[in-house]
Amino acid sequence: MIEILTSHALNTIQDLGRVGARRFGVSTSGAMDPVAVAGGNALLGNEAGAASIEVQTFPFRLRFGADIAFALTGGDCSAVLAGRVVPPWWCMQAMAGDVLALSAPKRGARAYLTFEGGIDLPRVLGSRSTHIRAGFGGLDGRALQEGDVVPVGQTRREAVRRFDFGAEPPDVAIPNVFEDGVLRVRVLRAGEYDLFSDEMQAIFWSTTWKISRNSDRGGYRLTGAELTLPAPFEMRSHGVVAGVVQVPPAGEPIIQMSDANTAGGYPKMAAVIQADLWRLGQARPGSRIAFSEVDYKGAVAAMTPVNDYVTSLRATADLYRAL
Amino acid sequence: MSINRFTAPFLGALENNPSISLIGTLAMLIQAPGDFDMVQQGRIWALADVLSSWPNVQEAVIGVTNLMLVFEQPSEDIAALEASIVELWHRLPGRNADGKLIEIPVVYGGEHGFDLPAVAARAGLSDREVVRIHSEGEYTVCAVASSPGFGYLHGLDPRIFMPRKSVPSLNMRAGSVTIGGMQTGVAVLSSPNGWNAIGWASLPMFDPQSDQPSLMLPGDRVKFSIDRIEL
Repeated sequence: MIEILTSHALNTIQDLGRVGARRFGVSTSGAMDPVAVAGGNALLGNEAGAASIEVQTFPFRLRFGADIAFALTGGDCSAVLAGRVVPPWWCMQAMAGDVLALSAPKRGARAYLTFEGGIDLPRVLGSRSTHIRAGFGGLDGRALQEGDVVPVGQTRREAVRRFDFGAEPPDVAIPNVFEDGVLRVRVLRAGEYDLFSDEMQAIFWSTTWKISRNSDRGGYRLTGAELTLPAPFEMRSHGVVAGVVQVPPAGEPIIQMSDANTAGGYPKMAAVIQADLWRLGQARPGSRIAFSEVDYKGAVAAMTPVNDYVTSLRATADLYRAL
Repeated sequence: MSINRFTAPFLGALENNPSISLIGTLAMLIQAPGDFDMVQQGRIWALADVLSSWPNVQEAVIGVTNLMLVFEQPSEDIAALEASIVELWHRLPGRNADGKLIEIPVVYGGEHGFDLPAVAARAGLSDREVVRIHSEGEYTVCAVASSPGFGYLHGLDPRIFMPRKSVPSLNMRAGSVTIGGMQTGVAVLSSPNGWNAIGWASLPMFDPQSDQPSLMLPGDRVKFSIDRIEL
């Protein structure tokens, strides 16, 4: 087990999300950066969807209650384990009593801690992700706090395994889409794109949007321009997924993220493609993004480097641990 | 994919097709044509029943006269999939509101029904008449969405329609029986809420530990009964 020593607001247990319960009104939750969770689990030889601790407020400290191997992925936060620096995208063997401390990331917004054997909490509706609003999943359905004890699964190792290696982070390994500090996010047009005038469409593409401070795991509110319609338009309530870019009547777009409601009714301008959602999950409030259009084929093809990255990371890590 | 191909292109000319659009590569929204009515809603339920077992469909999420499909993987042939769905839409009979009957005892008015006087004032009725009209109605669960176990209920008597508030009530209690526009519902979470609270129900609406977590499901019928009136 591990014991939480320092945790401010909003750090939670998340896996790859709760699938199949939207029809009961249950949002998926899940890590904002799923590549970091899959990557950490690949480093450790866990199943890809083992639960992690998503750290988005710093400093964060925990103490290992047993000898446990862990991986640190996601944002580049200076981390120290019992006096030793833990580089980003790295796995290491902790000994009982070791303290791990994470500070605010120099790059990215969220760090992920995964543990060999996985976090051993019950699945609720198929997932260990914390659903804060409804109060279930994760640890008692709430954010972590000082004194919490998080159980970690027992692993029976067939052979001695080596843990002290890392990987090139995905934002380095997969061709970069930053330009002058602006994250380029690829989107597909969505259902109501054509309701907007040519002028509004042009503004959507040309604006450098700022992710407002009023953004969280539920959604990113964007500022920078107002996208208005000739007449108010509200749709009947319908299902939405993470990445959808909705335009409320005030005109400033909202991108729905992991904790978004299952339903919405605002006009949908676009949807962020799956291959860029994890990058968006690492974008901080206050940072800037711009949208680029891709077609369906391009959106599907864009997942190949992401899938290849995780697959090759797992294969390489399997070799390393056996050395 | 082993789905049926579109074989009768003239069918679409008989009536309007549903509108189909993508939300990214992993979700597809299917909207019934025309205005809201329960016939179209019943066809959406029937469509969801069939499509949820199609290959590559992770989930069929029912909305108000619409349906969102979530895919396991991006579909390889979107055009063929769309054509198959349109063909199915025209051939599939709708489902009736043939779900279970849920009876929900309500404490009307009082501490948790703080908007009852405002609803009565707008309707030009007494508080007791609003309670009588609301509790005599029979409602249909159109969709379960937005919050865990929250049913969009259709069938509210137009005399007690009440617009949503522009400023939500902070921390409305879970179990609040509410009116929002032409719909009524039972709040499942304690949270800010723009609907108008006319009472409170103790019946649990959602149990995350159950395989069937939501008491209300699309096609169920709901009746509210008077547990008590607090004026």
